[in-house]
Amino acid sequence: MRLRTPEHMVTFTFDGKPVQGIPGEPVAAALLAHGQKLVARSFKYHRPRGIMSAGSEEQNALVTVGRGAQTEPNVRATILEVSEGLEVFSQNAWPSLKYDMMAVNDLIAPFLGAGFYYKTFMWPKAFWEKLYEPVIRRAAGLGGLSGQTNPDQYEKAFGFCDILIVGAGPAGLMAARTAGRAGADVVLADEDTAMGGRLLREVEEVDGTAGTEWVATVLDELAAMDNVRLMTRTTVTGAYDQGTYAALERVVGKDGPLECFWRIVAKRTILCAGALERPIAFPNNERPGIMMASAVRSYVNRWGVAPGKAVTIFGNNDDAHRTAHDLVAAGVKVAALIDSRDDVEATGDFPIYTGARVVATKGRHALEAITVSHDGGTRDIRTDCLAMSGGWNPTVHLTCHMNGRPAWREDIASFVPTPDSIPGMVAAGACNGTFSTAACLNEGAQVAAEVAGGLGLEPRVTVPAAEDRTYRIMPLWAVPGKGRKWIDFQNDVHVKDIKLAAQENFRSVEHMKRYTTQGMAPDQGKSSNVVALAVLADATGRGIPETGTTTFRPPYVPVPIAAMGAGSQGKGFAPERLTTSHKVTVAQAAPMIEAGLWYRPSYFPKPGETHWRQSCDREVGFVRNAVGVCDVSTLGKIDIQGPDAAALLDFVYANTFSTLKRGKVRYGLMLREDGHVMDDGTTARLGDQHFVMTTTTAAAGLVMRHLEFVLQVLRPDLDARVMSVTEQWAQFAVAGPKARALLNTVLDREITNDDWPFMACGPVGVAGVAGRLFRISFSGEHAYEVAVPARFGESLFRLLVTQAEMLGGGAYGMEALNVLRIEKGFITHAEIHGRTTALDIGMDRMVSLKKDCVGQAASRRPGLLDEDREQLVGLKPVGAVKQLTAGAHLFEQRAEAVRANGQGYVTSVCYSPTLQTNLGLAFLKGGRARHGEVVQMVDHLRGITAQVTVCDPVFFDPDGGRARG
Amino acid sequence: MRLTCPNCGERDRREFYYYGDAIALRRPAPDAVPEAWDDYLHNRKNPAGDTTDLWFHEAGCGAWLVVDRNTVTHAVHGATLAEKAKR
Repeated sequence: MRLRTPEHMVTFTFDGKPVQGIPGEPVAAALLAHGQKLVARSFKYHRPRGIMSAGSEEQNALVTVGRGAQTEPNVRATILEVSEGLEVFSQNAWPSLKYDMMAVNDLIAPFLGAGFYYKTFMWPKAFWEKLYEPVIRRAAGLGGLSGQTNPDQYEKAFGFCDILIVGAGPAGLMAARTAGRAGADVVLADEDTAMGGRLLREVEEVDGTAGTEWVATVLDELAAMDNVRLMTRTTVTGAYDQGTYAALERVVGKDGPLECFWRIVAKRTILCAGALERPIAFPNNERPGIMMASAVRSYVNRWGVAPGKAVTIFGNNDDAHRTAHDLVAAGVKVAALIDSRDDVEATGDFPIYTGARVVATKGRHALEAITVSHDGGTRDIRTDCLAMSGGWNPTVHLTCHMNGRPAWREDIASFVPTPDSIPGMVAAGACNGTFSTAACLNEGAQVAAEVAGGLGLEPRVTVPAAEDRTYRIMPLWAVPGKGRKWIDFQNDVHVKDIKLAAQENFRSVEHMKRYTTQGMAPDQGKSSNVVALAVLADATGRGIPETGTTTFRPPYVPVPIAAMGAGSQGKGFAPERLTTSHKVTVAQAAPMIEAGLWYRPSYFPKPGETHWRQSCDREVGFVRNAVGVCDVSTLGKIDIQGPDAAALLDFVYANTFSTLKRGKVRYGLMLREDGHVMDDGTTARLGDQHFVMTTTTAAAGLVMRHLEFVLQVLRPDLDARVMSVTEQWAQFAVAGPKARALLNTVLDREITNDDWPFMACGPVGVAGVAGRLFRISFSGEHAYEVAVPARFGESLFRLLVTQAEMLGGGAYGMEALNVLRIEKGFITHAEIHGRTTALDIGMDRMVSLKKDCVGQAASRRPGLLDEDREQLVGLKPVGAVKQLTAGAHLFEQRAEAVRANGQGYVTSVCYSPTLQTNLGLAFLKGGRARHGEVVQMVDHLRGITAQVTVCDPVFFDPDGGRARG
Repeated sequence: MRLTCPNCGERDRREFYYYGDAIALRRPAPDAVPEAWDDYLHNRKNPAGDTTDLWFHEAGCGAWLVVDRNTVTHAVHGATLAEKAKR
């Protein structure tokens, strides 16, 4: 029922039925105005539940928003804002909210207490995964995900400030005003849609005017300050090292992101997070219509909605009385005020029961009546809304995020923050146990003045006059009686569960939490924690301070992973690195494969080719018989210069580079300090103090980091500098018997075998562009790599391919490149995978003993020199089965194919069109001495067994004459 | 977590690559006894308290840093350039 006539209403739907609401008000307010008491089913027992609170602490009213891929489950109806066309659905109920079949759980509830699953579904073990878990998961739980990729946008942002103020109630506003006026750079964050905290929800005066008016004045002043940033709808969710805070902002507007995840770095922080009202555990205290007293005031005073027609109030503190008076003032009938305290003075034009308790409630889908025990007897009262208050818990959560433990304060029967729990953070106001408005205003201002003063500013403190009521409370945790007395509404935990935990010796509060699930999941025990441990303290005969609290951990409210990981989906997670030939390559319908972040062509299909092998075989033929062109720009290119450039190379490579002549290229093998192979590649000497190193595509970043490590950490005595130039140069392999003929059509000056012999390098003019030419070969053919500045890459690639095609060749891709290198026994990271040594790959003679280098000392460890180690060999099929597979294992011919008999494994395989057979590279125990032996290859995964003969890994042109010719 | 790079100032830890113990600064001589190389390559303390380790400002200036920090309090005491560090 609405207490005021709204100016403008919109329509949204709840379970498909239209509901009117005011744009921006919480969906919970609109549902209450609509008379919709039943809004959810509980987690475990599927009990009917209604709206309980008016904030982010809501435990019951979790709903699902939207449809399809944009479905968002477990949204709290108390903070979800009404908008036109919004689709809201109840969850955890089937077939409908009102007639939920799973409510059968509630009938067998006596068997479903704490620890039920642990005790019951123990045996047989095999049933757990297949039967118990799926059934339990379907029965229990909250909303479900769509299972589709979320198309919603999220954002992340970083913020920096002098002072972060968490919460904009009376204390937060005063802190912001005091610090802002002093000139501090302030961020004021509040999770509500509007700032003001309880001042927006209570009827009281500040500075001689209505609280809401005073809030508006202060906000106007703050908004006008350039040094103050106001962030509404922003929940600070976690406190971390070095003054870093996480915050979740709900972003308003149709086209922007849904939420933004902030990391805010603050020199100082003032926590003004307020307090949360806690429930009382009386029998059946969770029927729809039973709410927190402060929430009732919020709906009446702020949103103009009466949650019931005849409201009863049950409390143990003075706030309960305030609720009754606000309701009367708003014209809502108060059916009774029930105060558990004996010696309390109460006035009002409604029945008042002191020293009384609510001992029973009635109503299946909504509250209909309550029973009050009073003066030795009981009395039934008809009511459709019960406002309860068990007192206030300061919102200490953030102060506990770095292992801080709150301290118990007897006078307010609650925990307050321990000072300095978070370095740089101070608490003020209700979250510090300071409850009156006047005291909150004062503490906010005083604390801000101290903090600003500590930053070298000169703040002045002026505090407005306000109400200064004393907070009087007599603890009341649980009321005995028939029926379950709920404590954790979200996890369906009641008093008996806690007592059972204590009885079964889960006496530690942390054990009790895990045994009962109290305080777990989205809610994290915001409302239930103190009541639960008070009940545990009672059951174990200890005081509350001795019992202690469980640990509050971030986040304070649930944070979508999509928000934390904003920007890291798809290309944001793995950006695409494209070569200069990409466009041309894709235009030729070449399938692209990923190599790290790079995209490279697998092969270039021609009309009529239906299988990749046809294309691959043809491309191998180009290189062996004519000329092929391949983009090799993805290999790492590192420019090395300086007087000690050669000495650096001698130190990072196992072999020697200082002897390399200018204008020459040398193959280099790089070790890790532990003696295993790190990477390989060629390095060209362009000048006395100038080299260009190439790395494998995969290890480009690793090698760059390694070179900087060597220069700065291991050998700062060396005067040399390294710079990645991978992106700056486009480089193409031109390989095959007609390679020189092709190059001579594009080079400014013709080359001959005499001036460009094998392993020569130097500057060349390429169609008028200053480029570089390297006579190196990864195919075993007469080959070159030609490099030009990247901006000329695409046109050079087009030119080279066109010329190659005129010579009977063309472009080749990764498949052909792989076949060509296997035919020659050249290694890649399939072979140098991190566990192989120079000896294993037959390059031990490259490790120079005349100089120190990274990995040299460790490479001489006895275990790495064992002749029985797995060594690189070639394999050819000799039996009926011709197929070889990478990853297959090797065994002696008559040995059983089990792990204990393993002799090695296959690393690379191909079909060689040149030799017309399948080939494999493999590591085999003592393999170099076993050439000619027949062993069996077994691929357990694919069920393939083949007889193979062991041979030298260089299958083709073993003396290398083709590359030199 | 933020580290103060001597070149760039206070920077987010996402800009840095973590390497490990600063023992890497004290590389044994090539002919050192095997035990010395074993210690250098494999043996690490795992202190609850002050520790010194190496970080690479990979998404920044490219400097290797020696960082003093505390594994219990998470305090970062400071960072110096590795090329100027005592060995």
